[in-house]
Amino acid sequence: METSKKSASLHKANLKRAALPYYYLLPAFILMGVITFYPLIYQVIISFTDFQTKDLLKQLSSPELKYVGIQNYVEIVMGGLPVQNFEFFRILTYNLWWAVTNVMVHVPAGILIAVLLNTQGLWMKRLYRAIYILPIVIPPIVVATVWQNIFDEQYGAMNQLLSVIAGWFGSADPVHIRWLNEYTPPIPWLLPNGPLTLAYYAMMIANFWLGWPFMTMVATGALQSIPKDLYEAASIDGASGSQQFWNVTVPLIRPAMIPAAVYGFTLSFNLFNFVYFMSRGGPARSTEILVTFAYDLVRNLRLFGVAAAFSVIIFFVALIIFLITNRITHATESYSEA
Amino acid sequence: MTTNTKSKNPIVRLLTMNTSGEVGGRDLPLWKQILLQLLTLFIAAEVMFPLMYVITLSFSSKTTRPSSLEIFPKELSFVAYQQVLDRPTANPVTFLELLQNSFTLSIGVGLISLLVAVTAAYAFSRFKFKMRQVLMILVFVPLLMPAIGLATPLYLLLNSFRVADCGNGVIALSPFMACDVGLGKVLFNLRDSLWGVGVAMIAGALPFAVWNLKGYLDTIPKELEEAAMIDGADANQIFWQIVIPLAIPQLAVTFFLGFIGHWQEFAMPWLFLSQPGDYTLAMTLYNMTGQYAGSIPWNRFAAMAIIVAAPVAVIYIALQKQIVGGLTAGGVKG
Repeated sequence: METSKKSASLHKANLKRAALPYYYLLPAFILMGVITFYPLIYQVIISFTDFQTKDLLKQLSSPELKYVGIQNYVEIVMGGLPVQNFEFFRILTYNLWWAVTNVMVHVPAGILIAVLLNTQGLWMKRLYRAIYILPIVIPPIVVATVWQNIFDEQYGAMNQLLSVIAGWFGSADPVHIRWLNEYTPPIPWLLPNGPLTLAYYAMMIANFWLGWPFMTMVATGALQSIPKDLYEAASIDGASGSQQFWNVTVPLIRPAMIPAAVYGFTLSFNLFNFVYFMSRGGPARSTEILVTFAYDLVRNLRLFGVAAAFSVIIFFVALIIFLITNRITHATESYSEA
Repeated sequence: MTTNTKSKNPIVRLLTMNTSGEVGGRDLPLWKQILLQLLTLFIAAEVMFPLMYVITLSFSSKTTRPSSLEIFPKELSFVAYQQVLDRPTANPVTFLELLQNSFTLSIGVGLISLLVAVTAAYAFSRFKFKMRQVLMILVFVPLLMPAIGLATPLYLLLNSFRVADCGNGVIALSPFMACDVGLGKVLFNLRDSLWGVGVAMIAGALPFAVWNLKGYLDTIPKELEEAAMIDGADANQIFWQIVIPLAIPQLAVTFFLGFIGHWQEFAMPWLFLSQPGDYTLAMTLYNMTGQYAGSIPWNRFAAMAIIVAAPVAVIYIALQKQIVGGLTAGGVKG
C-alpha cells in the first residue's frame, strides 16, 4: 500500500516534470500559431485564388473568389501578369547580381582597410576607428534617403561634386547626370539579362558606404587574433609584404570572413528598406529585387492572390539560398578546425 | 612611447594610441607614414562626406534647394529643426504623436517578443523532450522567410477584424458579424491601427528572439543550476531566480538591438496604416524625399533625418562593446 502510493506520486511528479518544457513553450507557440503559422497556411491557400480588393470583406467565403489552381505561379514565372516591366527571371538575376556584386566589393575593401588600420605605428588609429564605425551607427533608412538626395539630378551633391572636379579640368558646364532616372544602361553588356541602369551604380556607391565598415570590423577582429610571430617568421624567411598578406593574413582571416560574407550576401539579397528608400525599384523596375516587388504587389497593385504566390516562391528561393550558404559556412567551420 | 599612452591628455592619448600592443611610430618610415595618412584621411573623408552634407543642410536656414556643394556649415540655424518639431508634415499631426507612435511600436514589439521568447528559449536550451527537434525547426522556418513574405496574409487576416456602425443602431463585429448591407461606417479596423502593425511586427520578431536567446542561454554554464537543483530548487525557481538574473544583460542587449530594427521598421506600417495620426517617424522621413516630397525644403528633410538617426546612434555608441562583441569572433581591442 505504502509503496504503491509512493510510486504513484513519484510517477505523477515525473509526468509533471516531463510536461514542464511544454508549459515553457506554450506562450510562444500559441502566439506563433496565431500570427505566424496560420498566416503561412492562409498564404498558401490564397496563392491558389484570384484574391483581389473586392474579396477583402468576405475573404475565403467571398462568392466572387475563384480558385485558379497554379495559374498565379505559372503567370509569375512564365510571364502573363498584368504588371508592366515585370519579368521574373530578370528580377531574380538582378537580385542575385546585386547581392553578389555588393559582397564582392565590400569584403575586399573591408579587409584592405582593416589591414591598413592595423599597420604598426600608424598615427591616429583610434580616431580613424571611431570615424570608420559611423556608417554602422546610422540607420540604413536615413542613409538611403540622404544618398537619394545626394544623387538628385538637379540639386544633388554628387553632380555638384563632379561639377567642381570638372571645373579643375577647365569645364565650366555643370554636370547633370540623371542618376536615379536614366534608363539607358551605361555598360549594356555587363548583365545581358536586363538593364543595369545608372541607379544600380548609384545604389552600389551608397551601399558601399554602408557596407564596408562592417567587414572592416570583422576583419580587424580576425587580424588581431593572428600571432605576431607568424609575420616575424615569414619576414625572416624573406617573405615580402604582399607575400605575407597572401600567405599569412588571407588564410588566417578566411574562417572569419566567409561567414561575414555569407551574412552580407543574405542581407543584401533582402535589402528592402535601402532599395525602397533609394530607388523604389525604379526606373522601370530595373533595380527591383524580389522583396520590393512582392511589396509592390500587395501595397500598390493589390493583387493579393499573386502576391501570396510570389511570397511562396520567395520562401523557396530563400530556402535554396540558405541550404547553399549553410553548406559554405559549415565547410569553413571544419576548415578552421583543421 | 609607453609613457605617452598613459598620458591623461586625451588628444595625446588619441594620437599615440597603441591599438594592438605594438611599440608605435618608430618602425614606420616617415614617407610611408605620410602616404598611409593620406589614404586613411581619404577614407575618413569618404565616410564624412554624406554626414557633413546632411549636417550642413540641417543647420541651414535656406528653404531653397542647394545650388552648390556645401559640406561645412556656414551658419548654425535651428530653424529647420524647429519647423520639423512644430509641424513635421502637411497633415495635422504633431511631432510628439509621431515620436510616440515610433516608440510605442518599437518598445512594445521588443518587450512582448522578448517576454514570450525567453521561456521558449529556456525550454529549448535546457530540456530534452519529445518533438524538441521538430518544434525547433518549426521556429526556424519563419526565419527563412523575409518579413515582407508574411505581409499579404497578415494584411488580409488583420483586415477582417473590424468594428462597424451599420447605421440602424447596430454595431457589427466582423469577422463574427457583418452589416446586412455594405460595410457600414468602419469605427475600427485592426489592420489600420498600431495594434495590428504591432502584431505583424511581432510575427517577424518572435522567432528571431527565440533563436537568439537560446543561443545565449546555451553559453551560460549549467553548474549553478545543477547546484540549485541539488539544494532542492525546482525548475521554475531555477528559471526565475538563476537563469533570468544571469540573462538580464543579454536580454537588454537583445531588446536594444531589436529596438534599433523596429525603430526603422517601414514596410508593415507603410502597408497597413492609412491615418496620418498613426504614422511613425520612419514613414514621415520617407514622405520627405522623392516623388512624395513635393515642396518640402531640404533643410527640413535633413533635420528630420538627423532626428530619426539620433536614438539609434546613441544606443549603438552606448552599447558598442556588447554589440561588437556579439558580432565579431575575435573582438576588437581598443
